[in-house]
Amino acid sequence: MPTFVYMTRCDGCGQCVDICPSDIMHIDKTLRRAYNIEPNMCWECYSCVKACPHHAIDVRGYADFAPLGSSVRVHRDEEKGTIAWRIKFRNGQKDMELLAPITTKPWGTCIPKLANEAAPADTMRNSELLFNEPKYVAMNDSALPTLKSNKLSLKEGVYY
Amino acid sequence: MSYKTIIEDDIDVLVVGAGLGGTGAAFEARYWGKNKKIVIAEKANIDRSGAVAQGLYAINCYMGTRFGENNPEDHVRYARMDLMGMVREDLAFDMARHVDSAVHQFEEWGLPIMKDAKTGTYLREGRWQIMIHGESYKPIVAEAAKNSADKVFNRICVTHLLMDDSKDNRIAGAVGFNVRTGNYHVFKSKTVICGAGGASNIFKPRSVGEGAGRVWYAPWSSGSAYGLMIEAGAKMTQMENRIVLARFKDGYGPVGAYFLHLKTYTQNCLGEEYESKWFPALTEMVGKEYLDTENQHLSHKPIPTCLRNHAFINEVNAGRGPIHMITMEAFQDPHLEEIGWHNFLGMTVGQAVLWAATDVNPKYENPELTTSEPYVMGSHATGCGAWCSGPEDVSPDEYFWGYNRMTTVEGLFGAGDAVGGTPHAFSSGSFTEGRLAAKAACKYIDDGKAAGIMVSDKQIADRKAEIYKPMETYTVGRNEIVAGSVNPNYINPRQGLDRLQKMMDEYCGGFGVNYMTNEKLLQIGLKKMATLGEDLEKVAAEDIHELLRAWELKHRFLTSESVFQHTLFRKETRWPGYYYRGDAMKLDDKDWHVLTVSHRDRKTGAYTMEKAPLYHLVDDE
Repeated sequence: MPTFVYMTRCDGCGQCVDICPSDIMHIDKTLRRAYNIEPNMCWECYSCVKACPHHAIDVRGYADFAPLGSSVRVHRDEEKGTIAWRIKFRNGQKDMELLAPITTKPWGTCIPKLANEAAPADTMRNSELLFNEPKYVAMNDSALPTLKSNKLSLKEGVYY
Repeated sequence: MSYKTIIEDDIDVLVVGAGLGGTGAAFEARYWGKNKKIVIAEKANIDRSGAVAQGLYAINCYMGTRFGENNPEDHVRYARMDLMGMVREDLAFDMARHVDSAVHQFEEWGLPIMKDAKTGTYLREGRWQIMIHGESYKPIVAEAAKNSADKVFNRICVTHLLMDDSKDNRIAGAVGFNVRTGNYHVFKSKTVICGAGGASNIFKPRSVGEGAGRVWYAPWSSGSAYGLMIEAGAKMTQMENRIVLARFKDGYGPVGAYFLHLKTYTQNCLGEEYESKWFPALTEMVGKEYLDTENQHLSHKPIPTCLRNHAFINEVNAGRGPIHMITMEAFQDPHLEEIGWHNFLGMTVGQAVLWAATDVNPKYENPELTTSEPYVMGSHATGCGAWCSGPEDVSPDEYFWGYNRMTTVEGLFGAGDAVGGTPHAFSSGSFTEGRLAAKAACKYIDDGKAAGIMVSDKQIADRKAEIYKPMETYTVGRNEIVAGSVNPNYINPRQGLDRLQKMMDEYCGGFGVNYMTNEKLLQIGLKKMATLGEDLEKVAAEDIHELLRAWELKHRFLTSESVFQHTLFRKETRWPGYYYRGDAMKLDDKDWHVLTVSHRDRKTGAYTMEKAPLYHLVDDE
């Protein structure tokens, strides 16, 4: 559900405003803290919850179908490359902690800059190949499939 | 207006909307255009934008050729069957032959892909799906796009595409406004790759009030890919092919991993299997070519998504709802139970929140399912989008006009939801389409096709006035009333959206009418759409945030109008379970084994509809 912001934890840093895909986390001009200005456009995607450095943002189930009293909290850590969740049921009978990796590499270090790659030859430009192909298609030396290589043709009409 | 005009000139490749399609385009464009100027304009922040903002727990389109699993043509046949034959098989084949190379790069970049401990291959969820820990899928691919782009403009709501004033039907860039500063942004570009996404919130959602944001596709998916391209005069295809999803009730949590990996299954309220009993009558409706229960079961071919919906809808209407997902068996295994929860946390946290709030423990209780309101998009089990050229070495003449993924507007390319007739692309396929479009866009420029583009000051000034008009309407009209939102001379964006959703639901086959429509209803609906269109000239925006909602609404409106026109044109029920034409309840291969193509005249707004031939991949034997 829609997000809300705890008054005593928010320092108005604006990380949530910066990341919200729906443009609904805004800074209140009087209180200088963030709040959800349009709960019915919230996808409860948790982007702002994860981005908040003070864990000041939480989620309360949509009023039209979710009862009060449960909790789903999260801590995302790019340095450790993990995301940790805690789910607490309304009736207190289930309390789960779940951990998942978010990356297998030191954050942001293994993504290429294509400007540094050798420029493609004309033969490649005139082919159907994309960057790193054909090698990356099947991680071997085989060529990119074509209709001809796969003994196919396109025929008009109903053929089943 | 006091807003500044900021012009970004001499762009070669402008990416409008950087979800999975747009990030793929920006990334790849740098390889083919070493010295080209590549710019991204994104409505949100590309680290968390588009349909994958929240993450994904699976990549649903991966061939696995390297493991000897599938060939591209296998995927085309699967998509064709799932969509009742209606697929651009040239585009689908092209996407499928390239898609693995994208996935293999994602893995190198750090995306955690699960492995099968025994075989060392990627862990399969189903034949086409592989399982990932994809919470950071979007930030990772965004990094790749940022590494390639010269500039990334976040928080720019692109409202219109710019057209060349020297040559008819040629693209020249885009315009929009910054949703923070309010400034007017002009992007003059030789090519545009539109990846602005499909549409949620077009049909009235089942959720009400505060929960209206709990839609299956992201609420920020405003159909802008369609709104922008339709306005620019690009031809569209298969816009009638909206999708309805069978999902966990209220939270719309995904069911793919549950069905395929956890091996859960569905039952009616009496604990009975219900699907198969609807199939004989359904076979009568669609023909044996599309539903041959016996042989399909024997050959393990999946039943098309829409037909499974049909059984669900009919069983509920027969009074034997709700339909339950039987989780109590699988969830006794603690490992599978954990996967079940991780699956939600990785892509639909709201479903976990809902189960926690309602004390639904799937280990001891079988959760309810529902069928959603319809959605208009082109990368899941549906293929709405622009009519695009295919690749030279695959496409027949009717499907080829020079540049892969180029629309019928010169220099305007599509990626992801923007491209029509390419269902089952999902995240990886959308990224791949972006890459294909980027290569083609660079070639288009290198071939000199973008020479001599001219954008008049008048076009730029006219668009500026048009963009801010809702704010002016508000300023002028608000003093007429004491306070509140009821005004005789304007409506606000939320009021307009409510009206659009009600209309789409009642006249175009939403959940409120059991997905049923007919010619009469569609004609009444179109009449009402015309007056909504007039009223949208008077939509009012109190501030810049509301201006964003106003333009999203206009894009949703253009998308909806196209859906109406296409639904009216196709006089058959091609996808029972997605929607029904009550006046033509059978699938009609004699007249309608074709793709539908529409064109909206830029000046008059008048629609023309045509049929385009369907080509199928066949074995050369």
